[in-house]
Amino acid sequence: MADPMKIRASAKDGITEVKVLMSHEMETGQRKDSSGNLVPAHFITELSAEHNGKQVLAAQFGTAVSKNPYLAFKFKGGAKGDKLAVSWMDNKGEKRTDEVAIN
Amino acid sequence: MNMQRREALKAGGGLGLFGLLAAAGLITPSQARAEWNKSAFDAKTIEETLKALGATGAQSSTDIQITAPDIAENGAVVPVGVVSALAGVEVIALLIEKNPNPLAASFTLPAGTEASVQTRVKMGQTSDVIAVVKVGGKFIMTKKEIKVTLGGCGG
Repeated sequence: MADPMKIRASAKDGITEVKVLMSHEMETGQRKDSSGNLVPAHFITELSAEHNGKQVLAAQFGTAVSKNPYLAFKFKGGAKGDKLAVSWMDNKGEKRTDEVAIN
Repeated sequence: MNMQRREALKAGGGLGLFGLLAAAGLITPSQARAEWNKSAFDAKTIEETLKALGATGAQSSTDIQITAPDIAENGAVVPVGVVSALAGVEVIALLIEKNPNPLAASFTLPAGTEASVQTRVKMGQTSDVIAVVKVGGKFIMTKKEIKVTLGGCGG
């Protein structure tokens, strides 16, 4: 299981700003290891963010997203204490969901 | 469309995973429908990518801004943001022209989500970064050159 995401969500003036830092190697499948073998691709393909169960962002990633992906976005609504959940799935089918309270 | 879905599932090594997730209530049907767009991510050129995204003929527009450094010292971690003041933006896609596969990420914004996303991408070399935005059923785009002094592919 991958390490937890770091999620920060803060509501101000009716807008909630979300910053997510995922922990993932994001291997492109184009890099070679020290013995010259290709390192198989292993990267996050899909991500979804939900505010109180309602989707506020869906994203699809390719291999060009950096290692330990960072993502920031904003949505209207959201109040202190509301739940914000982010989940991702990678090309090997691994997945992870983390949830925070908006502050 | 069904073929693409099948390929995407196979590529993910998770045949049937969507079904399982949906059954477990972990993802909603709307998410299950938004499968990873394999043909767009596998495209090798800007034109192919735009075609796979259905964005052929996107017009250049000044209504989109790319926020990124002019010069990136480390191509492995280039902070890139896309902001648009337009209302009703549905999709934001980020393309890097000279990467092996130009499409880096695409974001689907439900109503209420602002057209403002930031992420970090890898760039193999100095290249134009292109933001493609779908708004009101039409595609528009803008680009910005980012110079890379150290590539992101172990170079």
